[in-house]
Amino acid sequence: MIEIRDLSLAFPNPASPDGRTVVLRDFNLSVAPGEFIAIVGASGVGKSTLLRVVAGLVPPNSGAVAHARNGVSKGRRPYGLVFQDARLLPWRTVRANVAFGLEGLGLSRAERSRRAEEALALVGLADKAGRWPHQLSGGQRQRVAIARALAVDPDLLMMDEPFGALDAITRQTLQDELLDLWRRTSKTILFVTHDIDEAVYLADRVILLAGSPATVRSEDRIVTVRPRARDDSAARALATRIRDRLSDLMDGGGI
Amino acid sequence: MTSPTSPDQPGAALPTPGKRIPPSAFLAKPSRRYRGLWALLGVITFLAVWEAVPRLGLVRPVLLPPPSAIPQAFAAEVRSGAWTDAILQSLGHYLWGLVIGSVGGIAAGVLTGMSRRLEDFTSWVVRLLRPIPGLAWVPFAIIWFGVTPTAAIFIIVLGVFWINYFAALGAVQAVDRDLLELADAFGHRSTPAKLVKIVLPAASGAILAGLRTGLGQAWMSVVAAELFGVPGLGQRMMQASSLLATDIVIVYMATMALFYGLVDMGFVAVRDRMMRWKA
Repeated sequence: MIEIRDLSLAFPNPASPDGRTVVLRDFNLSVAPGEFIAIVGASGVGKSTLLRVVAGLVPPNSGAVAHARNGVSKGRRPYGLVFQDARLLPWRTVRANVAFGLEGLGLSRAERSRRAEEALALVGLADKAGRWPHQLSGGQRQRVAIARALAVDPDLLMMDEPFGALDAITRQTLQDELLDLWRRTSKTILFVTHDIDEAVYLADRVILLAGSPATVRSEDRIVTVRPRARDDSAARALATRIRDRLSDLMDGGGI
Repeated sequence: MTSPTSPDQPGAALPTPGKRIPPSAFLAKPSRRYRGLWALLGVITFLAVWEAVPRLGLVRPVLLPPPSAIPQAFAAEVRSGAWTDAILQSLGHYLWGLVIGSVGGIAAGVLTGMSRRLEDFTSWVVRLLRPIPGLAWVPFAIIWFGVTPTAAIFIIVLGVFWINYFAALGAVQAVDRDLLELADAFGHRSTPAKLVKIVLPAASGAILAGLRTGLGQAWMSVVAAELFGVPGLGQRMMQASSLLATDIVIVYMATMALFYGLVDMGFVAVRDRMMRWKA
């Protein structure tokens, strides 16, 4: 269970009258274990920043992320992050890239290697463990990035537009693989995207973030049974509603 | 990976309009063996012209001895033991100067690159000291250390230090911020952890390039540092030239070229092994 309460964030901005720009205001979210939450919004609204605050990469000005760990066990990290670019370290083999987050957790080399290979097997790249990142395709690199985040067995898997840089076909494949992974690992996922169709296809709950500073403008629960069809009519209708809301907000100067 | 390479790289020659360069001049890729043959032919031509110039009386042989005279001079130098002594002495200066200068330069460059405050603190001093050529330190080297190997090593260190310092500084400052964020995201938040896991590997290519430049610079400094009397190749060359034993001068010139070639070859092999992750 993860509780995000009254999160606000401002960056110093000398050009603004009060010397700062508020990016995010009073963001609240409770995430149930195993839930798949998508956060949508226009580019630059602060979705990625929100993820970074939750992950502790950027300290918030106020608010807190409460995080009930289900049993502190060795060799785990609270969060696993997947970025839009795969962000693999080119000087490490695929296996060593996946083991990156396992270092410093007191695991033996053999144990790290085993965990990395397990995670690679989850994303279907067990046979690529010894390769260099430059020998992989874009989709494979992103799978490795997902394996790296899963390897630390996180309570929360955070994904920042992870498929945004991929071609349409690879993107669909990876979306389906992610759903399959989610089903098998029962991870809690916080997924940021600007692609509303993607959000509606993947998530249990879709949160629309808009405005400046960004606030939650709507929240929709998707009840369609899984596996879902991409052309599911209820989902399509919801996507259209969210899109309309977003364009209303933009027309109305809400952004 | 994150930054797309620009197609219009600086220095890429563009054909002027109306004056087309035949594509074959750039695109034709002769086979390996064919290219080796041309290289060999170049060497033979070079030696032939060199041999011909003194033999045809264009230049007196004492000013330019023909290559055919060199093996004999070389054998004599080796027999007298002078060659081995000079080489060992010079290699000693070279290695010490190289190691101290490179390690010092890389360490200083990496530290400065990691700390904005240290960079500001040192920036003007660096700007002041950097343009002073290593050889300008010869007077001080002699005053401080006398005509000793230490003085020679000091001169070599100075030359090598700055090359490695700037290579490492630039490389560390150019490390992708996104990779540092990645380290944060996966729990490697301390400076030492970031240094080992991200900064040093990411900067290794440019640091190694600096190191290689230093290998060459150090050789040049060896000769220069020894010309003022510290025993070694340089000193032996000065002795020989004052006796007009130009063939012996050439023996040492060739020796230097050979040693530098070997060192550089060894370095490239090690580097390629280290950088095998590069595409």
